[in-house]
Amino acid sequence: MAEFNAHIPEGELTEKWTKLRSSMPLVNPANKRSIEIIVVGSGLAGASAAATLAEMGYKVKCFCFQDSPRRAHSIAAQGGINAAKNYQNDGDSTYRLFYDTIKGGDYRAREANVHRLAEVSANIIDQCVAQGVPLAREYGGLLDNRSFGGTQVQRTFYAAGQTGQQLLLGAYSALERQIGMGKVEMYTRHEMLEVVVVDGKARGIIARNLLTGELERHSGHAVLLCSGGYGNVFYLSTNAMGSNVTAAWKAHKKGAFFGNPCYTQIHPTCIPVSGDHQSKLTLMSESLRNDGRIWVPKKKDDTRKASEIPEDERDYYLERRYPAFGNLVPRDVASRAAKERCDAGYGVGNSKLAVYLDFKANTERYGRIEANKQNIHNPDKETCMRLGREVIKEKYGNLFDMYAQITGEDPYELPMRIYPAVHYTMGGLWVDYNLMTTVPGLYALGEANFSDHGANRLGASALMQGLADGYFVIPYTIGAYLSKELATKPIPLDHPAFIQAEADAKAIIDKFFAIKGNKTVDHFHKKLGKIMWDKCGMARNAKGLTEAITEIQELRKEFWTDLRVPGEANEFNPELEKAGRVADFIELGELMCIDALNRNESCGGHFREEYQTEEGEAMRDDENYAYVAAWEFKEGVKFELHKEELKFENIKVAQRSYK
Amino acid sequence: MSTGNMNLTLKVWRQKNNKVKGNLVDYKLSEISPDMSFLEMFDVLNEELISKGDEPVVFDHDCREGICGACSMFINGRPHGPKDLITTCQLHMRSFKDGDTIVVEPWRAKAFPVIKDLTVDRSAFDRVIAAGGFISVNTGNAQDANNIPIPKVQADSAFEAAACIGCGACVATCKNASAMLFASAKISQLAQLPQGQPERYRRVQSMVAQMDAEGFGNCTNTGACEAECPKGISLENIARMNRDFYSAKFVSEEDI
Repeated sequence: MAEFNAHIPEGELTEKWTKLRSSMPLVNPANKRSIEIIVVGSGLAGASAAATLAEMGYKVKCFCFQDSPRRAHSIAAQGGINAAKNYQNDGDSTYRLFYDTIKGGDYRAREANVHRLAEVSANIIDQCVAQGVPLAREYGGLLDNRSFGGTQVQRTFYAAGQTGQQLLLGAYSALERQIGMGKVEMYTRHEMLEVVVVDGKARGIIARNLLTGELERHSGHAVLLCSGGYGNVFYLSTNAMGSNVTAAWKAHKKGAFFGNPCYTQIHPTCIPVSGDHQSKLTLMSESLRNDGRIWVPKKKDDTRKASEIPEDERDYYLERRYPAFGNLVPRDVASRAAKERCDAGYGVGNSKLAVYLDFKANTERYGRIEANKQNIHNPDKETCMRLGREVIKEKYGNLFDMYAQITGEDPYELPMRIYPAVHYTMGGLWVDYNLMTTVPGLYALGEANFSDHGANRLGASALMQGLADGYFVIPYTIGAYLSKELATKPIPLDHPAFIQAEADAKAIIDKFFAIKGNKTVDHFHKKLGKIMWDKCGMARNAKGLTEAITEIQELRKEFWTDLRVPGEANEFNPELEKAGRVADFIELGELMCIDALNRNESCGGHFREEYQTEEGEAMRDDENYAYVAAWEFKEGVKFELHKEELKFENIKVAQRSYK
Repeated sequence: MSTGNMNLTLKVWRQKNNKVKGNLVDYKLSEISPDMSFLEMFDVLNEELISKGDEPVVFDHDCREGICGACSMFINGRPHGPKDLITTCQLHMRSFKDGDTIVVEPWRAKAFPVIKDLTVDRSAFDRVIAAGGFISVNTGNAQDANNIPIPKVQADSAFEAAACIGCGACVATCKNASAMLFASAKISQLAQLPQGQPERYRRVQSMVAQMDAEGFGNCTNTGACEAECPKGISLENIARMNRDFYSAKFVSEEDI
């Protein structure tokens, strides 16, 4: 194991990255040709890293479990990508983006990493536009921006409600170009099952060909994990069905520390669960909160329809509790407030686990403006609503259609019913400033690492971080390691470490088939999800977390004695894939609860009920918990805590207030 | 929680692998909720099959919010089922009636061989993109993004073409199994942007050549692809591609 050191460069905050980049050891073109890099995952981080490293001359192998790199879940991001361009002339700067991100993360992120992120953010937009990514434009032909939560400037670039799709397809095109030139070998429908560590350094992976079931050995001078987040530990989340923690978890079990596993983002505006059959949850973009007002009835267990509840019997609880920010408070605050109302018995809909997101007031307001434009004087309410509906349709049409499709209700007539859902994980593999994990030669990029968002991620920052890591950070920082590896010959695939790693992967697969139990993988996944949601979700407490740890341990035993995996190992078998992923989620779930129990404070997405102000706001403990919790895996599913102290030298740490 | 009351008969294509023949197999399902998505209905079927000791139906799916392009079922003779402008994962059971019989098959095209059950191999699409569906700009070469103003109408039109999710419904529904709508969407996106001009004619020739090499058919202007595309990609893109393809013979000095 490498030393546990964040390797933050010396010097002024604003100079750190520039200086490091200029003094980073280089690898000459002839040597690059003989160096192989393995990239696991093909989302924004993976595709951008694989393409860029191949452009630089390295030999790259890229792996994804989907049938094409274009399907990675980055594709589903709706809202936008932040960049400190200051195109709107509204006072934005690198420092402001840095400051907003640190504050939004509730002072639990590393200053140096976040500042670098803000510095390269502008380059990302330039690169994407050069690739032909069709970002939204104004009539003058220049790029448009919109505002997002947690900021006072307009710095979010977007492509309708499909920003993630367009950015991913840009990175995918760059990747396919390198594949076409023979510089990247692409392995689709492959899943990484082991990291191969030789003499303490990552030297390759074991991957399963999902179509044939064959276990393959791949060697490289370095391994990059760009495998996304672990929100599916909750079973129901806005993640794709296949999103999983397996690559990161296998790395964790080979010595990579796991950072802040309990930091999860629960997004306030998602379509509520409609029944036991539910397989995933769908987000309704944060942008809707610009024009929607959130409310519940003032009366408990009110069974009237929304339209029958008069104005003065409605509780616009966000506007009531947070008059300054109202419906635009950050995600963690909005989510907790919805839960509080529903728990207290004011929820709506059949399940009573929903609140209203109502567009009526703004529809009428827009209608009145339209009527004015059209010289209709004193328009009646019906005319206003009719005209306003057109405006709303123009702004949010695709989201309204999606809502109607899923719920069968018309959101133009009835208020939307929404409820918070798991959306993103700020925690991930611990990495140093160079994005290297505690295993030398093993890197983690994008959502798979823990580094930039602290305890709460701001909207439109995930796309920024994935592409920053892949396009602009790793291509430089990896040189520091590889320049010392020039003498390393390709690792022979019959090295004992490869034989052992393959045998370990095979043993787990054999074990799944040997159980011959009665319960399906989904049965266990749903049970795990319920424990996690109830006891390690939006609100946590010591009693619940302690119970959850025991329950998860019992679930793990039950899983390994009563699981049924149909089919065979040497064929295309999605149930087998799911079994492997859920086995890892069960172990991760326990670590998340341990981490949440250890952190005796509330910060960002981590809300411990014992630690709140009288008004029910999160209460941090900077004296005792201003650190990154980096967990080391020990034999027998045990975990040891290491602490990386967070030093704030450029920002004054303060309590967040949105009142 | 809603409990369902729909009873359905499914006729599902089962095929162990690409070496053996497949056939339609009947399954009865009861207590299906109209609020379920079509894929959640398949989850219910698979849980039942596994519990009975049978093998579940294999199908591609991932995001389940209509954007990744993985899901690909041919339902009652139409790709992505009876409703327009949605993918299979966005189709809900309320679009069917109690007692319905639903036939579910994989995409069928020479260039999309069946892998197992409802899963097909669409890697030909990736190779068509690799042949030229990009702008050759290495990371770090870019100028400031606002140095290239692009009229809004043009940018919006490029965006509409770029909305393609690569699901392959266009190929599946075309009687010639043509990939013209797919390829033209990318060609047209880049042809409408100033950044895409230097490689415009080279791109169209390489991508068309790759389409042919993959075994996709030609276009005979029936328009089924546009009608079935879940993202509403327009036939105009094919017209633009054809225009560029023929122009390339005259204006391009390169012979691809």
